[in-house]
Amino acid sequence: MSYKVTEEGGISIVHLDGEIDMDVTEKAKEIIMPLIEAKKEVHLNLKEVQYMDSSGISVLIESHQKATELGTKVILKDISKSVLKVIMMAKLEQILNLG
Amino acid sequence: MNNLAQISEQRDFVVSSSSLKDVRSFSREVFEKVNIDQDLKDELVLAIAEAAQNIVKHAYQGEDTDDKMEIKISLENGNLEIGFFDKGRPVEKDKIRHRKIDDIKPGGLGTFFIQQIMDAVVFREGEKPWINHLILSKKIDY
Repeated sequence: MSYKVTEEGGISIVHLDGEIDMDVTEKAKEIIMPLIEAKKEVHLNLKEVQYMDSSGISVLIESHQKATELGTKVILKDISKSVLKVIMMAKLEQILNLG
Repeated sequence: MNNLAQISEQRDFVVSSSSLKDVRSFSREVFEKVNIDQDLKDELVLAIAEAAQNIVKHAYQGEDTDDKMEIKISLENGNLEIGFFDKGRPVEKDKIRHRKIDDIKPGGLGTFFIQQIMDAVVFREGEKPWINHLILSKKIDY
């Protein structure tokens, strides 16, 4: 997994790339959580994520819940087909913010 | 591409989260030989990777080890069977359950995905040297 973080109008945009599995979830959390803890709105661009497993989905849930707790939000953007399929399999399409 | 597929392939992997990408590569290589829908291939790869992840997470509780797990993918007459063999802690079958799907919290989804994708999930006591033997099966139309 590789990533790039940009800022646009006070919003942190995290572009994730590659495959997100148990082996990289800690790294993903290290990138995303400090932005949420700084109470920024975070957009996760998932266009280039070709694979995500249950560990990756857990990062999305944890990020969403932390943001809600801190009064901000995480929005999932440009979700790849394969990631959307896993989100739907987990029945989270109504829970997570899909932008 | 194999329309009359009879496949039996197995490979060993070190029990580690860093092996999961190799597990996926192996699974993709095997399913490339079978004429089935790409969406189904992707689901099967996910189920296999989730089961392998459960071995790392639960049978070994994330501990570093040199132990190997073995994954065997067999397809005969449309019956897909995927065997997982490991030497970790014995699986307590009664304790295996996915979380309630409407209880939104991180974790507990891997087993749910496996059950969504596969027709049957069976745990057996492994024959020596193995401790656990998990069998995932699914009828495949191709």
